[in-house]
Amino acid sequence: MRLAFCLAILAAVAGAALATEIPQAARRSGYTFMTPDTKAMQDEDTANPGMLFVLDGEALWKRKAGTADKACADCHNDARISMKGIAARYPAFEKAQGKPIDLEQRINLCRANHQQASPLTYESRELLALTAYVAEQSRGMPIETDGDPDLASFVEKGHALFMRRQGQLNLACANCHDDNWDKKLAGSAITQAQPTGYPIYRLEWQSLGSLQRRLRACITGIRAQPYDYGSPELVELELYLMTRARGMTIETPAVRP
Amino acid sequence: MPSALINVPAKAKRGDVIEIKTLMSHIMETGYRHTASGAVVPRDIITNFICRYNGAEIFRADLYPAIAANPFITFFTTATESGKFEFEWTGDKGFSETASAVITVE
Repeated sequence: MRLAFCLAILAAVAGAALATEIPQAARRSGYTFMTPDTKAMQDEDTANPGMLFVLDGEALWKRKAGTADKACADCHNDARISMKGIAARYPAFEKAQGKPIDLEQRINLCRANHQQASPLTYESRELLALTAYVAEQSRGMPIETDGDPDLASFVEKGHALFMRRQGQLNLACANCHDDNWDKKLAGSAITQAQPTGYPIYRLEWQSLGSLQRRLRACITGIRAQPYDYGSPELVELELYLMTRARGMTIETPAVRP
Repeated sequence: MPSALINVPAKAKRGDVIEIKTLMSHIMETGYRHTASGAVVPRDIITNFICRYNGAEIFRADLYPAIAANPFITFFTTATESGKFEFEWTGDKGFSETASAVITVE
């Protein structure tokens, strides 16, 4: 009897949490919130400044690095073939570490293990360029993150973080991006927080930036202490967001205002 | 490793008005910003852009600190003859980059 009561409460709580989630059919990329001018900038490769980073990434892909004196291309050959669809599956479970890692961490792992090179720092031009180049190979493909059963507990952690109120403003991600995405905040569209185009060229940044940079900016916005770059919390949040956007199309390098 | 993206139509009819689009990789540091310790971040911008069509200058622009990073410059010209467009960007700290594109006019 008591157990049944507890289960009923649990079901009610779970139901309430689910009720705020965006229905599959209503999911929208941040692209759809933009002005025609900004859309045109993203749509045309010679107008999209993110493509400058992709060009740099292509050069880095072929450049030898580290004491092993190997380039990415020496193992992976042509990225247009070998990296197709890869970004659509990240963050992915890394068995050796027993946790999910994102694309930036994968690139740095590859540098450490196979190139014997020092890791590239987060938001450095090199890491952004390589990430953008790899992710651009998945442009137009549907996001497939979440196929791995090992990831389930980490997706759940990311989801919990997404739903948890924090900071001086006491806001959860969900309060804006699930509940109020159709409204505006100081004249700007709130959007659904669908990570379809990372790394993105953000006009406000005047540069390319990673999903973690975007997350940290949002966390600072709710006046909470942002997690460090590469921290498990940020990767879990990335993971949850990618599973939430499962089936949506990769746009990298996207342009956002 | 500065890179440029150029968009010039490969073919045009004589007398056609064509659009030329150029995107240059540059940080465009204004010179008005300070570091956390108060030191001025020195200005580092592109100051000048020139486009030549078969050697003749057809477009020139002076750039200033208010222009955003990775300047995107587009303009129109009349396709008169087959040949080459040459682009040149110059700026602070000895910045000097060139790019070119060919067009066939029928």
